[in-house]
Amino acid sequence: MTLWDSVAGTAAPRGGALLGPARAVALASLAQASCLGDRLVALRGRTVIVAIRDQLTAAIALLELDGVAKRMVVCTPDLAPEHLPHVARSAQADTWLGDSESGSPPAAAGLDFALEADPTPQPCRVERRASCETEWVLLTSGTTGAPKLVAHTLASLTSALARQPAAAGQGAIPVWSTFYDIRRYGGLQIYLRALHAGSLVLSSAGEPTTDFLARAAAAGVTHISGTPSHWRKALMSGAAARFSPQYVRLSGEIADQGILDALRAAFPQAVVAHAYASTEAGVGFEVRDGRAGLPATLVGKSDNGVEIDVSQGTLRIRSPGNAAAYLGADAPALRDPEGFVDLGDRLELRDGRYYFVGRSGGIINVGGLKVHPEEVEAVINSHPRVRMSLVRSRRNPITGAIVAADVVLADAAGTSPEQAAGERIREEILAACRTTLAAHKVPAVIRFVPSLEMSASGKLVRPRA
Amino acid sequence: MAVRSTITTLFQEVAREQQRQLAPLTDDLKLLQCGLDSLSFALIVARLEDALGYDPFDTAESFPVTFGDFVKLYEARASA
Repeated sequence: MTLWDSVAGTAAPRGGALLGPARAVALASLAQASCLGDRLVALRGRTVIVAIRDQLTAAIALLELDGVAKRMVVCTPDLAPEHLPHVARSAQADTWLGDSESGSPPAAAGLDFALEADPTPQPCRVERRASCETEWVLLTSGTTGAPKLVAHTLASLTSALARQPAAAGQGAIPVWSTFYDIRRYGGLQIYLRALHAGSLVLSSAGEPTTDFLARAAAAGVTHISGTPSHWRKALMSGAAARFSPQYVRLSGEIADQGILDALRAAFPQAVVAHAYASTEAGVGFEVRDGRAGLPATLVGKSDNGVEIDVSQGTLRIRSPGNAAAYLGADAPALRDPEGFVDLGDRLELRDGRYYFVGRSGGIINVGGLKVHPEEVEAVINSHPRVRMSLVRSRRNPITGAIVAADVVLADAAGTSPEQAAGERIREEILAACRTTLAAHKVPAVIRFVPSLEMSASGKLVRPRA
Repeated sequence: MAVRSTITTLFQEVAREQQRQLAPLTDDLKLLQCGLDSLSFALIVARLEDALGYDPFDTAESFPVTFGDFVKLYEARASA
């Protein structure tokens, strides 16, 4: 069954629509209209880089391509052009699908041909015939800065849908929304839920939170998701007061008790749920009791086929929602030998409940964006006065965590490190970081320290949380 | 007063670093309209914790909406 089959079977007859900031498309209209028109035939059996910038156009294109393309690579809107050749090569792509904003594919990507999608579906005779099970490839950030390609099927992406919250009342159509872009796993989950039964209000990059929430409230949004950082920002906007969803979901970062309590107070009528999901592992579980962490009873095998294991100290998930594999020549294994996906989130058991206590890989999650410490350390260590550095996570009430750096200078002997460094070196290090790294990766705080702890094997001792 | 001036200075410092245009910091200015993004607020809160020695968000019952709310949140803890 393709995505269009499920739309035609449920959402479209009930009046479902995709609502962008400037325009809306009724799902039923796509039975006789298309953003791809005759080009759909040329895309059959192809491996397509979906580089469309406009989110609404991309939402329609994904719907049209499922069952048609052999494989589609769903590019995130912020994908840097220099990574495209790597993405195209790893996916063995042959076709580019862009729009008026996406520009043309780089020659180095080695694609056979390029097509452009229309921003608005054009009336035409559309034959929505499935010829294959399309592989969906999502991008997620990797250690080196180049994205990792994660292969899913529609079946693995939608495996958690049976567990979705009940529709909004008798006969009423749920109206979904998400702070995420739908080309990230968290957003794609909401997109698929909406297409399964309902409508979707899309967010828009650069749109003020207040405006987005006003638009969501006006469209009658009943179900909405975002990261804890998105929600903190929403609460700070004051716009939450004029909005009354029935279901509020947090994912993508660890939800602490503070944000759960604040959402409960802001939306007393709503179910506030936090979910654990990742591009690789899929949706692991959802917790609805308003408390941080997860009840120990969730651990083990459940009826829906999801198996949660904590025996090695980290959360491991084996489920029909797991991705199939990473793509690419030197791609690492996605699952461990027992078939679990382990993202390195460490858990601690206290009073019958597991709480997240950090990541074993040291990855820092700044407002839902991953930072690999090694990437930042490499930039700091390029300063001629720096001997070594350790980049770590520091808890933060706004973005969950921020990047902090401890730096050892090469010639600080005899003086206190802070004195020797002075403001100048700090500024030079920060300037280097700002030039080469995205803003969320630049250390928020730099401390000069006399030394860093090394292990017997000569490696930096990284904090466990 | 000391708390307020520390906060004001940090708003200006972070705005400069993040190359953002900061609106005049009046008490009724909505935080999300002051020109800063979430990352900027995260930096301000971290540096305030280093400067003042506390993070009032850990016990706050609601999130500040205006600049005045933000200052009050820190002043309340300073005098507690």
